Amino acid sequence: MSATMIEKIIERNVGKAVKPGDIVTVFADRVMIHDIFIPFVAEKFEEMGFQRLWDPDKVVLIYDHLVPASQVDDTRHFQVGNAFVEKYGLTHVHRSDGICHQLMPEAGYVKPGDVVFGTDSHTTTYGCVGAFSSGIGYTEMASILGTGTMWIRVPETIKVTVTGKMPENVTSKDIILRLIGDLGADGATYKALEFAGDTVEEMSIASRMTMANMAIEAGAKCALFAPDEKTAAYCETELTKEQKALAADRDASYVREITYRAEDLVPVLACPSQVDNIKPVKELKGLPIDQVFIGSCTNGRLEDLMAAAEILKGKKVAPFVKLIVTPASRKVYQEAAENGTLSILAEAGAIITHPGCGLCCGRTGGILTDGERVVATNNRNFLGRMGTSRVEIFLASPRTAAASAVAGQIAEAGF
Amino acid sequence: MEKFTGTVWVLGDDIDTDIIIPTEYLALKTVQDMKPYAFSPLRPELAGKIQEGDILVAGKNFGCGSSREQAPEVIKALGIRCIIARSYARIFFRNAINNGLLLIENDRVQEVVAEGDQITVTVNQAISHNGKDYPIVSLPENLVGIIKAGGLVKAMRKLNGLD
Repeated sequence: MSATMIEKIIERNVGKAVKPGDIVTVFADRVMIHDIFIPFVAEKFEEMGFQRLWDPDKVVLIYDHLVPASQVDDTRHFQVGNAFVEKYGLTHVHRSDGICHQLMPEAGYVKPGDVVFGTDSHTTTYGCVGAFSSGIGYTEMASILGTGTMWIRVPETIKVTVTGKMPENVTSKDIILRLIGDLGADGATYKALEFAGDTVEEMSIASRMTMANMAIEAGAKCALFAPDEKTAAYCETELTKEQKALAADRDASYVREITYRAEDLVPVLACPSQVDNIKPVKELKGLPIDQVFIGSCTNGRLEDLMAAAEILKGKKVAPFVKLIVTPASRKVYQEAAENGTLSILAEAGAIITHPGCGLCCGRTGGILTDGERVVATNNRNFLGRMGTSRVEIFLASPRTAAASAVAGQIAEAGF
Repeated sequence: MEKFTGTVWVLGDDIDTDIIIPTEYLALKTVQDMKPYAFSPLRPELAGKIQEGDILVAGKNFGCGSSREQAPEVIKALGIRCIIARSYARIFFRNAINNGLLLIENDRVQEVVAEGDQITVTVNQAISHNGKDYPIVSLPENLVGIIKAGGLVKAMRKLNGLD
């Protein structure tokens, strides 16, 4: 029987053949809970009557949305989290190391072929290393903490093939935005995305993360890249025979196939206030802006900061624009400090913040008001996401964001 | 078959979780505290007007966005009896079922109902409006099981021999 990648991962997990539409119970290889939801997970876990975690080694708790606390109530989340850690013997706890979706692959919690659940919709990110990972709510997380299992419906797969060499100003962010525009915000609902083609094979794991991260913006359950040598190097492991065999069979069956020629792609923006409202940067060139944000679990990695620094080197941010840069993790922060990237960004006039989720979800810092416009590298431009509901959020790549910061208006790098 | 009648509130496509309950209110202690802010980015007046037993009718992709379970919880806390939408985002769908909020998929009533209309729902059977019936499909059995238990928490309590 030929199978897609998600079918192979689920089959390996449950030990029997599956087909799309089947409802099966899978075993979690790892789960992630973040600070916003830990109080609710803890409450539901005890209400359900569980006495112990099914496997403390498989549970990761990460404080990122509320770090450092900006409201008095935030501290309660840390207190409840710390008490839960103490009571149930959690050992994988990160209190200020960065954004959960950066840390999970970066700290080695996720391996190719794993089944991972997290209390955050962008949990799809770990498909970058060939893991099936998906977001769930806190009640379901509480039940997994007790049982180690969860029911899922085996999804159909949409195959997305990208071939050829990307133009200089086009990044993996532009590809995923274009795909979301073509699919629509619900175009992949309940489905798996599978990426293939020489363009994605050439991509770094960081670039693949950006694409897997935003798969949820088209409604996808997960997004998968077949593990290869780059995956092995990133995960600091040798791929097992089983992991190598996770790539889809040639004659696997897809519900839809989409192909892009990389040479045809252009830098794009997701315009207010839908993630699928995609337009070429060229069409919006010249629109004045008030703020630029480079960061988040979508685009806050070293290569993103370096792409911005390449454009900002020797230049100044427009005087009326606030450029805010947030490295995705402490490790990214340190690497960007060591290789001089942060210094270039600071010299250009950037405000550099601690790693975390604060700006992306309008929770800490960088709040905007009615009529203001921001170019941001994160993943959502929903109403009220980064301030009032009359803020206009344009989502873009770090290159477009950096070029716009210098111009003081929406701009394409190099033009 | 369970049957109920309610007043309709009409919303559009892609009602996302940041509209349903913005991130800035998620740290409030209880879902009760969050109620006044539900739907505030889109319709700040709505939360104050919804009455116990009302019904939401929406377009496609209802509940898209984050995994915040407060989204279905706050809707339930406002007194909404059920949601009828063309389609749902998958995490919202799971969260709603796990919290015992009834979701109905239907793509015909949107064309005929107006805000303030009365509609009658016969669960797993039909929606009635102005003397006309619109058939609805049944939920898969495993989900009916969770709803029947009264949500996932109660199902797990049963598993642990508590209820």
